[in-house]
Amino acid sequence: MDLKFLDFEQPIAELEAKIEQLRFVGDDSQINISGEIERLKGNSRTLTKKIFSHLSSWQIAQLARHPQRPYTLDYLDTVFTDFQELHGDRMYADDKAMVGGLARLEGIPVMVIGQQKGRDTRERVQRNYGMPRPEGYRKAMRLMKLAERFGLPIITLIDTPGAYPGVGAEERGQSEAIARNLFVMATLKTPLIAVVIGEGGSGGALAIGVGDRLLMLEYAIYSVISPEGCASILWKSADKAEAAAEALGLTAERLAELDLVDEIIKEPLGGAHRDLESMSEALKTTLLKHLADLQAMPTDKLVELRNQRIRSMGRFREA
Amino acid sequence: MSWFEKLIPSRIQTEGRTRSVPEGLWSKCSECSAVLYRADLERNLFVCPQCEHHLRISSRVRLDLFLDKEGRVELANEVQPVDALKFRDTKRYKDRIVQTQKSTGERDAMVVQKGFLMGIPVVACAFEFSFMGGSMGSAVGERFVRAVEAALADSSALICFSASGGARMQESLLSLMQMAKTSAALARLAEHGVPFISVLTDPTTGGVSASLAMLGDLNVGEPKALIGFAGPRVIEQTVRETLPEGFQRSEFLLEHGALDMIVDRRNMREELARVLAKLGNLAHPVVEFETPV
Repeated sequence: MDLKFLDFEQPIAELEAKIEQLRFVGDDSQINISGEIERLKGNSRTLTKKIFSHLSSWQIAQLARHPQRPYTLDYLDTVFTDFQELHGDRMYADDKAMVGGLARLEGIPVMVIGQQKGRDTRERVQRNYGMPRPEGYRKAMRLMKLAERFGLPIITLIDTPGAYPGVGAEERGQSEAIARNLFVMATLKTPLIAVVIGEGGSGGALAIGVGDRLLMLEYAIYSVISPEGCASILWKSADKAEAAAEALGLTAERLAELDLVDEIIKEPLGGAHRDLESMSEALKTTLLKHLADLQAMPTDKLVELRNQRIRSMGRFREA
Repeated sequence: MSWFEKLIPSRIQTEGRTRSVPEGLWSKCSECSAVLYRADLERNLFVCPQCEHHLRISSRVRLDLFLDKEGRVELANEVQPVDALKFRDTKRYKDRIVQTQKSTGERDAMVVQKGFLMGIPVVACAFEFSFMGGSMGSAVGERFVRAVEAALADSSALICFSASGGARMQESLLSLMQMAKTSAALARLAEHGVPFISVLTDPTTGGVSASLAMLGDLNVGEPKALIGFAGPRVIEQTVRETLPEGFQRSEFLLEHGALDMIVDRRNMREELARVLAKLGNLAHPVVEFETPV
């Protein structure tokens, strides 16, 4: 698959195009240009490092939504083994915007749950652009309770623009479905690690994201509202999304400063989509580390600490 | 302009007369536009005597109408908002807070009081919609959790009247986390068998409806209140069709199984007292109807 470049990556794209051209020439001529190619590749890396060393919040948001960014099922392939997908909420439907099932992490049986976006137009529609309906959240809750019964740790992978705002979703109780998950996750008697792998879109993300650890990939975002939504409400203009992204502080780095994120997982140079293998390796290592900590804890202690953690969220003053 | 004003020669017409009704004397129903004598409206608990429309009321009026007059104590009022993110849109959040505090007389968008409902001890909280759309930030979340803790400590029922557009954008992820925080507190309340009644009033949407407001042991709606996850405008833009009449109103939610019942504001005290008396295995509360002023 050809790499897609974002607007701010255009200088890198130009260099890469030049390298491709040279390769093409190199293929059907006798001249040795591999030295030149190596030199340009070095330049490309330096340029990428330079551009990625000072990304704005808006640019990071674009990376989080990159069409080639690895999705939940990609990581289920690379980080986990022996995945068996489980379907349905037992009440209404199987929501394909939310996937989940049993898997192994380095041999340890776990329950993995996450939103799933689509890669091409057909799949995007089928996955509803990663926006779950109530049945998606109810499936997630069913799987969490199943995991609890058998003492399996839960790992959730968050990647959604938000819960779906549609007529049917409202009729079937989108609010209640999200609220019930928040209620249930607070007392689950098994470890839960949430990882924002792409877009953490508000309540639709939080509905599978309350647990013992919150991890974020370096270029993932997590916010109460999309920058576009925030701009159109507060600035009365969707064009101000860039300013809104900055104000919302939706990057992993800013959120870690507010003590809302436990660990940021570094991405490969240029973003997770440039090197799925090393991204997966980093994710796996981090998950195993936190899982070991949590599994060493007695369940009562685990739930108590989780509640203390949730209780302490927020900034206010007393007067 | 009314027929009467049309008769008056224009030079003696007072400009903007219809708008500047003296505060506290006359009110206009926001639904049927009937001009109502304020004292009548108050006696009717701000329900329009003409069309039964439940007008929006402030958090303080709400609790005044709901709780017994005697034995009320305000809780958690010391909790105040801060601008942790130095958030700035067209205005600084810090300035918005100060300005809204001045115009509403409240420190944030929730008031909590401990008291009695027809003699039954309760903790009651109410969202203040005029404070930045009743939005839930850290201070509102903390106040709600303190209300839950007060209910837990006394084993008295918790009642929350919600009226909110959702999470407060200016506190970004800190606001979102208040959904988790309030829901987790309610899970503890449920574990201890203390009842929580959520009364959803006009309007309750977004992060508040998708957390504490939908987690009542009983979910009660006021008539015709707008209740939903996404606002109607967002849905309209997404599905690109006009929404059916009555969509996301209390009656619609009752029909779809999200509410236990719809209660007229004028019967709220009695209905909830009867529920709590049964849940607490108490005798039937005094049913003689009384209207607190």
